[in-house]
Amino acid sequence: MNAVELHGVQQRYGKMTVIHDLNLTVGEGEVLGLFGHNGAGKTTTLKLILGLLQPSAGQLQVLGQDPHKHQVRRQLGYLPENVTFYPQLSGRETLSYFARLKGAGASQVDELLEKVGLADAAQRRVKTYSKGMRQRLGLAQALLGAPRLLLLDEPTVGLDPIATQELYLLIDRLRQQGTSIILCSHELSGVERHIDRAAILADGHLQALGDLTSLRSAADLPVRIRLAGLAAPQAWLQRWADAGLPARQLNGDWLEVSTPPAGKLALLDELLKAQPRDLEVRQPSLEDLYGFYMAKARTDSAGVNA
Amino acid sequence: MNAIWNIARKELSDGLRNRWLLAISLLFAVLAVGIAWLGAAASGQVGFTSIPATIASLASLATFLMPLIALLLAYDAIVGEDEGGTLLLLLTYPLGRGQILLGKFLGHGMILGLATLIGFGCAALAIGVLVDNVELGMLAWAFGRFMLSSTLLGWVFLAFAYVLSSAVSEKSSAAGLALGVWFLFVLVFDLALLAVLVLSQGKFNPELLPWLLLLNPTDVFRLINLSGFEAATNTVGVMALGADLPVSRALLWLCLLLWAGLGLAVAYLLFRRREI
Repeated sequence: MNAVELHGVQQRYGKMTVIHDLNLTVGEGEVLGLFGHNGAGKTTTLKLILGLLQPSAGQLQVLGQDPHKHQVRRQLGYLPENVTFYPQLSGRETLSYFARLKGAGASQVDELLEKVGLADAAQRRVKTYSKGMRQRLGLAQALLGAPRLLLLDEPTVGLDPIATQELYLLIDRLRQQGTSIILCSHELSGVERHIDRAAILADGHLQALGDLTSLRSAADLPVRIRLAGLAAPQAWLQRWADAGLPARQLNGDWLEVSTPPAGKLALLDELLKAQPRDLEVRQPSLEDLYGFYMAKARTDSAGVNA
Repeated sequence: MNAIWNIARKELSDGLRNRWLLAISLLFAVLAVGIAWLGAAASGQVGFTSIPATIASLASLATFLMPLIALLLAYDAIVGEDEGGTLLLLLTYPLGRGQILLGKFLGHGMILGLATLIGFGCAALAIGVLVDNVELGMLAWAFGRFMLSSTLLGWVFLAFAYVLSSAVSEKSSAAGLALGVWFLFVLVFDLALLAVLVLSQGKFNPELLPWLLLLNPTDVFRLINLSGFEAATNTVGVMALGADLPVSRALLWLCLLLWAGLGLAVAYLLFRRREI
């Protein structure tokens, strides 16, 4: 059973359609990265999955059921963007309150405070918390009751680099335990290694969906190879220019050449024979893919409008 | 049921934490004792006069205060959580919107009920202990009725506050509207009724007019507390109409309950339609 299934889901506010014909599934124990610019429909998608919005059209199932059902909500954790709490309550009081509402055991409260590194600040009022601490309290709140599906909206905002790394490690651990996770983030380079699949939204349309390998091959973005210590660099540059491969000289004796993915191995073979001192292969990153699909979305919509 | 109780418990502990409960109780106690002893100062007397006079003064006071306090306590119940961002979180929990509303009502209702019991209860106790020759049975009956109806009046205005809070999108508009509601029911309604009475010069069906009092919960509250005293005290203004009202006292109580129920029902409908 899939954790989340959306079939042809559409969401309208008045005359404005913010989600168009969205088909999306998240399997059990899968981490889906949901990306898009501000206002692309990420938060709306999360709200649909949370049952806060009723889709204008299409079908939606969460953990095999209607997301309004209380038994679904008990197995679901949500960290909203810019999470806020009751300022007058302490961290522990806040978490205890939400634990009672979710029917989670009281023993989880201290456990989770420990887990997110708030044990020392548990007695302090949330009013005195920094942005990062509130974010961590929000995460603890989302983890109450060991949810089977976790929705994280910009979880790394306000976190320091170490806390961010810890969050990613936690995501990896939860995935191993079979938790399904939907992760919205602008920190593309950070989340890249921690997601199974990426979904890219633009203006309410799903632009791309798949694991990074398949997205890369579909985008056919060039692979960049950097080398140092080649003899006769000018000759190499000339040769690549003749072959139609974009190339440039970098700092020191480093050169960079870009090749379509199909020609990658042949080029590498040739380059290795020239015995460089050092060599790096740069696959298109999630950021490159995101840029590519966003540009595509723009030209597509320009084509439609023309 | 458990969910409702959890929310109610938080509201109650918030009321204790921010000293609302203490402040309201103190206010009630001081005003009640003050009125009991100084209420007759205008006629040149100092000291406790009679139970009917005291209750009549207290009822006038509660007519002003109770709605105001209830509205202040609850006007931000929904819109405040929405602005604070916690409503979004609550609605993703295994809770119905009706449960959230009822939980808030139960919590706020307990605060008002406890404050009334403590505040006016202390005053009744002081009268019972300090005044000689006071009929204790009469005192208990009159104060009991007064405290119960005050609480009920407070609940009606809690429900009105939830209606406002569910309908608007900003806390400040809820506060403004709450003041408007208070003005309407506490001041404007009676004046308008008197105006109708005067301007119509008797052409208005005199049978109908007393029934209009039931449209204002604060008037119903005063009718409950002014009736039943043999020496019908100084009933002034629209309250004089109440004497013509051919309804039993049970109906008056029922009327207050209906107002609270109606307010909650409208609040629920508005809250259910509210978009997050």
